Amino acid sequence: MTMKQSIAIIGATSTVAISVARKLAAEDVDIYLVGRNEDKLATVAADLAARGSSTHTIVTDLANLDEHAKVLQQIESATHCFIFHSALTDQAAAESDWSMAEASLTINLLSPLSLLHGLANRLEQQKTGSLVVVSSVAGDRGRASNYWYGTAKGALSIHCQGLRNRLAKSGVPVLTVKPGFIDTAMTAHLEKKPAVLWASAEEVADLIVKGWKQQKNVIYTPGFWRFIMWIITRIPETIFKRLSL
Amino acid sequence: MSSNFRSWGTIPHPPQETLRPFWVSELADLFANQAQSLAVGNGRSYGDSCLLQDHPVIQTTQLNRIIRFDRQTGVIQVEPGVKLCDLLTVVVPAGWFLPVTPGTSLATVGGAVANDVHGKNHHTDGSLGCHVLSLDLLTSDRALRTCTQTVHTDLFNATIGGLGLTGIITAVELQLIPINTSWLDVRYQTFPNLEEFARLSTEARDDYRYTVAWMDCATPGSAGRGVLISANHSEQGDLTVGTAAAKFSVPMNCPKYTLNKYSIRAFNALYYQLQKRKEDGVRHEHYQPYFYPLDAIGHWNRVYGKKGFHQYQFLVPLDAMPVMSDILNTITNSGMGSFLAVLKEFGDIASPGLLSFPRPGYCLALDFSERGEKTAALISELDARVREAGGAAYPAKDKLMSADSFQQYYPQWTAFRQHIDPVCSSDFWQRVSNTSVSTHQTQQPDKL
Repeated sequence: MTMKQSIAIIGATSTVAISVARKLAAEDVDIYLVGRNEDKLATVAADLAARGSSTHTIVTDLANLDEHAKVLQQIESATHCFIFHSALTDQAAAESDWSMAEASLTINLLSPLSLLHGLANRLEQQKTGSLVVVSSVAGDRGRASNYWYGTAKGALSIHCQGLRNRLAKSGVPVLTVKPGFIDTAMTAHLEKKPAVLWASAEEVADLIVKGWKQQKNVIYTPGFWRFIMWIITRIPETIFKRLSL
Repeated sequence: MSSNFRSWGTIPHPPQETLRPFWVSELADLFANQAQSLAVGNGRSYGDSCLLQDHPVIQTTQLNRIIRFDRQTGVIQVEPGVKLCDLLTVVVPAGWFLPVTPGTSLATVGGAVANDVHGKNHHTDGSLGCHVLSLDLLTSDRALRTCTQTVHTDLFNATIGGLGLTGIITAVELQLIPINTSWLDVRYQTFPNLEEFARLSTEARDDYRYTVAWMDCATPGSAGRGVLISANHSEQGDLTVGTAAAKFSVPMNCPKYTLNKYSIRAFNALYYQLQKRKEDGVRHEHYQPYFYPLDAIGHWNRVYGKKGFHQYQFLVPLDAMPVMSDILNTITNSGMGSFLAVLKEFGDIASPGLLSFPRPGYCLALDFSERGEKTAALISELDARVREAGGAAYPAKDKLMSADSFQQYYPQWTAFRQHIDPVCSSDFWQRVSNTSVSTHQTQQPDKL
């Protein structure tokens, strides 16, 4: 294929998104960058431009669903859409304060769903393109320590599953990415222990691009998380309740 | 916040607290809030110039974006944490190359500027500082200054080779050099001794952009033999990018008996014979193995075991070749000779860097396993010889340089001192700037 590809990166200032965008930029593509912080977006766009791709930046607060129609219009020529935006939930705050729980659901679930709603309809008609959605291993099983975040990600994973099956008929692959711990700006405040469970954004980005090119359905990044989650989802609830996970 | 940051020499040091900002815009607050700190790159300095006990260092590796790249003029501006290998990935396909590169592509641009690194082309192109068009420097008072050879000149000169002490470099603008291919035409010539090296090196100087020699420092009787490797960018070949990912990795620290004087001698003999075979004709080599052979081996520093090693790099003036011979004998006789010693003739292109290491002369770099007092005594003896010869040792490699030695190697240090940011310091600096032990103390106390 020699035609220039057009890609939208939503949540483009996330550390993993930047790494993914760089890997794609090297292949000479048109890139739409969607994010909240204008200066950061400009920094990312300049970097991608230096790598040879043309860029467009769209500044919006992705938690504001009312803006989504406009955003979808601005990225309507993008055939491949990568959804990265996410915010770690403060579990304790969400437990005590509904507005925190709601905010978490908005940014981690409703916002990607609202965008996917529009994107899916367009791509289904166009019968081309692809969707990549970054969910999380946290959505594979509800745990006492982060079930608010897990709720959003779990629902997002299920949604992508359904969407994948719907869009398969139109030849539009949907990739669900389930990262474990990634060393990023979002997790900068966390202690990186145990070190073997922490992956670099670079490493995760490599796996995402690879999975996307191979039109995978669901990837865990890195792959060993598939094994860890296989075990975790199989622990009987009676035992799971006694573990402090 | 993490504490995994290590100096490349792997000599055990207390955990180094590390802050890792993701955006340049975060730096001003982060920096201003520290009592003491130091910007560091990817931890490729060998000694303690990248360490700061009891205070966090600010690691710039996440500040790794390209700000601007002009494919027509070869001018590139980058954030400080861009690794050289990542920069090459972008510029090589466009027909550009680093004007000066050290022997690893895993160093950051900021670190390379702060150490004013040199390469195999010092005799033709000088050090990296000669190719820096501008630097953006953030100081702990939140001031951001764009420094060039003509604007904030003093700060520009102090920051090049300034060991990170003048503030945090937030952007570096470099003039790249044009290349037609990513390959080099390489010539190998063996030499039996230092005198012959000097002759061959002088001969190669005008015709080859890159020259460097490997020398045997371990085998009694054969010490001083080696191979002069001279190269130019080739007109033949493509513009492929090399991969800096290690082909294999040393999985853990090797046991201490891995490197002993017999294995090191055997290695040197084998290496010499292998290189000798390449002597016929010109060889065509890609830049990756040519410039960065050790990058192919992940964590090669682990071969020295958990005690780590010292690298000692020094130079003596061109007329001090007898001193070099003398030093070579001292090393060989000590039985501590290293398994790769690198010899290079520096040229007379001066760097703007106030505290730069390179100057005209012969420069030798070697590794010594850490053996406590014995190693310290050897390096101290070498320092004495280098001082006497009017030479200098390289701070980026060092953990043992005394304040006396430093202040003699770098008499400009008193002028440099005025440009140090009040928040910046390093273990290296605290050691070498200690005036109480100095015999070269200036008579101006900082405070009355």
